[in-house]
Amino acid sequence: MAKYQLNVNGQSREVSADPSTPLLWVLREDLKMTGTKFGCGVSACGACTVHVAGVATRSCVVPIALLGERPVVTIEAMAQDPVGRAVQDAWVEKDVVQCGYCQSGQIMTAVALLRHTPRPTDANIDESLGGNLCRCATYVRIREAVHLAAQKLK
Amino acid sequence: MRISKPRTRAAGLIASALFAAFGAWALLSASNVEAKRQADKRAEGLAAWGQVYGVLTHPRCINCHTATNYPQQGDERRRHAVNVLRGPDGHGVVGLNCVSCHQKANADSTGVPGGPDWHLAPLSMRWQDENDQPLPSDEVCRQVKDPRRNGNMSPQALIKHNAEAELVLWAWEPGRRPDGTVRSTPPVSHEEFVAATRRWVEAGTPCPSGK
Repeated sequence: MAKYQLNVNGQSREVSADPSTPLLWVLREDLKMTGTKFGCGVSACGACTVHVAGVATRSCVVPIALLGERPVVTIEAMAQDPVGRAVQDAWVEKDVVQCGYCQSGQIMTAVALLRHTPRPTDANIDESLGGNLCRCATYVRIREAVHLAAQKLK
Repeated sequence: MRISKPRTRAAGLIASALFAAFGAWALLSASNVEAKRQADKRAEGLAAWGQVYGVLTHPRCINCHTATNYPQQGDERRRHAVNVLRGPDGHGVVGLNCVSCHQKANADSTGVPGGPDWHLAPLSMRWQDENDQPLPSDEVCRQVKDPRRNGNMSPQALIKHNAEAELVLWAWEPGRRPDGTVRSTPPVSHEEFVAATRRWVEAGTPCPSGK
């Protein structure tokens, strides 16, 4: 076990964990931040997506020892973030969610996309969110909601 | 006025002819030696290039030197999972960047390889065709030594690149697969790879003849 000083959603948090522990499990088990979901554990589904130093990152495959001093932002911070709020509002307005399990990862990736590309095309959305799987196949509504969020952020 | 006797004159002519023949033989011989030396040097250079080519076309290297809009993975060089794309600068697309998963070092506990600034080589440095087949040795050779396509590297810079670039070094320490087994490494050691690059450069970076 080793001690790590993390910056999560702007707050300093100290955790004690095995260096090989994925960031996902530190968030969920040690910090009790369960908004970030475990889907596949091999970065294949995107449910565990968080932002690490502003980059959408699959937290299930990042050992805590490789995080360094990079700040982490999770779905729990999105309601206070202008882009995150716009995306969440659009999600509600378009009634995107069915079972909802993958949606925190979808939203984190959508926010990363809109920060970089404020006016995304359908192709931009499909490529960026192509690694976020939804077993309910809400992809069409996800695309509509990203466009709506982009309009709200104009 | 003295007139040479015919016998004396003939002897002089023979001596001159012999001298000229010897000179020609000496010149020819020297040029043959030089030609042989050049041929040997080229053969050594080509043999060294063969070793370099064997490394460049190993999956640890060629998987990220594709001609397509995606990287490959595994020894069978399958298309990268999870719909990973090249993106505008070889670093993936926003939201699904290479560094979304690949960190600065191997993550053996999760089986994801990593190294500094993990990314695809630009298309100018592709070592495959669009059907995911490795390009022939002569084509890769010409690409590697062409400054317009190799990142403006001189032959000496190529030696330094192969000796020191962190993503090159990664190929010999590629970490573990998700199942815990160790990834395969190129066919020669890194030291042999650098030595072969140096021999190839010292031989004048010869390339095999194309088809």
